[in-house]
Amino acid sequence: MKILVCMKQVPQKDAPLKLNESGTWIREDVSYEVNEPDAFALEEALRQKEKHSGEVVVITAGPARAQQVLREALAKGADRAIHLEDSAFVSLDASNTARAFAAAIKDEKFDLIFTGLQSDDYGYAQTGVVLAELLGWPHATIIMQIETTDGGIRVKRELEAGYFQFVDMPLPAVLTIQSGINKLRYATLIGIKQAKNKPLRKVTLAEVQSAIGANLQKIERLYIPQKTKNTEFLEGPPAEVAKKLVEKLRNEVRVL
Amino acid sequence: MADSILVIVEQHEGKLNRVSWETLTAGQALAAETGWTLEAAVAGSGVASLANEVAGKKVAKVYALESPKLEPYTPDAFAAALKQFIASKQPKLVLLPHTYQVRDFVPKLVTAMERAAISDCIGYKKDGNKLLFTRQMFQGKLAADVAFTCDAPWFVTFQNGAFRGDKVEAGSAAAPVETVNIEIADGVVRNKPQEVFKEAKQAVDLTQAEIIVSVGRGIKEQKNIELAKQLAEALGGELAASRPICDSGWLPMDRQIGSSGQTVAPKLYLALGISGAIQHIVGMKGARTIIAINKDSEAPIFEIADYAVVGNLFDIVPPMIEEVKKAKAGA
Repeated sequence: MKILVCMKQVPQKDAPLKLNESGTWIREDVSYEVNEPDAFALEEALRQKEKHSGEVVVITAGPARAQQVLREALAKGADRAIHLEDSAFVSLDASNTARAFAAAIKDEKFDLIFTGLQSDDYGYAQTGVVLAELLGWPHATIIMQIETTDGGIRVKRELEAGYFQFVDMPLPAVLTIQSGINKLRYATLIGIKQAKNKPLRKVTLAEVQSAIGANLQKIERLYIPQKTKNTEFLEGPPAEVAKKLVEKLRNEVRVL
Repeated sequence: MADSILVIVEQHEGKLNRVSWETLTAGQALAAETGWTLEAAVAGSGVASLANEVAGKKVAKVYALESPKLEPYTPDAFAAALKQFIASKQPKLVLLPHTYQVRDFVPKLVTAMERAAISDCIGYKKDGNKLLFTRQMFQGKLAADVAFTCDAPWFVTFQNGAFRGDKVEAGSAAAPVETVNIEIADGVVRNKPQEVFKEAKQAVDLTQAEIIVSVGRGIKEQKNIELAKQLAEALGGELAASRPICDSGWLPMDRQIGSSGQTVAPKLYLALGISGAIQHIVGMKGARTIIAINKDSEAPIFEIADYAVVGNLFDIVPPMIEEVKKAKAGA
């Protein structure tokens, strides 16, 4: 089983974000981490490889800093990596990101492509499904389990409000993976050492330029959301705050 | 052909998903703003009665897109059917609810049509002749106004709760309904979906709870859940959690609040160490009072909180339990 995992580097969950001067994106000087659902996608690929043998390849698009995501994946057990390296990749929309990935892997033959179900920065939840359509492959989204069958795979899709559904589908296919599908592993010291010798192919913007076009949507303005509620902030030492909260519970919320 | 807006409502097994009414409300507002004609469509097999239900609302026309291949749902069949239909109608705007099903087929549909979708929007703005769609970014920490830079049809999906479903206007007379039979060739549909099922019996029905104490990543370790449990018990409420806590197995899945768990609207929702990711907020923003305790002053949960404490929950919750007990004993 040859599996490609699409991964993204995003700002750390609790990183304070600052807007750039034009108010269209954030300033780059924040801490980054791997997009959480992508970490689960990688873990699932590694588990499938352990079960069925094969190869796990990881791919990302972004400036030099994004290589950290690939290094971590290699340390955890991925076999090789592809880095579409250019800061211009950050501002591509879902359609163009998928086009760039499709162009970068055109000479490869994967059985499966995994992505996280959405990114923690844009949150479009589109790139994986767009990639499937560009490749002409079937897809399934928000996956919680993957088993191989005679003719392909059986996946468990998460639906809303606690419902699930099994879907049988042929290979090759694209799956978007839900957080919590498995338990993440840590990289071992040996893994980190071995990662240094694993192949990492760099792809320039020029190499995929002909596959991508103008973005089909544009962020006109990025801003701090206006508050719709009058939030009352309670301050003071913990014991005092606790007292104030309980007063609110009794007098305002009236649940005591 | 006059410019039009097409709302695609969602149905499961012969019932309209009620989030469809929210999208229809959005469509009515956008139609009033732009002067474009509002139409609606429902896709499936045997959906005429659902189309009639939608036709009771203020819309110019409702289409029932019929094919036996549309039941059960598959992304291949839905994308094929809607591509045919939308290509023939050429609406300016296509609006859908941002459901799991829509997330599953819309990116495929727009790619096949060489168009784009602005997904998970919470509203719109009209800037001169330009329509901007507002969506949350960075898990709700920031918002963006996004414009299309491609030709119409423009696809927009709206977040659950972005518009009021109960505000959808009724029509003065039933709108005409047209059945459109869609041909989907053999071999187009590749996935074979099985029956929809529920994993485990819901042991707790959080939708009935008046008080919910909910924990997020800020609780740090499984053993700390006990602290939240004590507070919930003191208050006479139920314990709940955000997704990562249930994913870690620290609380059972049936205590999860959010898009993949339960949607609640209690009198009091007390969020402990919950940052407020969009997927969580859609499940609890209907609460009458929201109290949030979080270390991170920029946590999006504070955007919707009535009372907020920026601080360490491990410092504040223990004295709070004592105060609650005192208050109860005194009452």
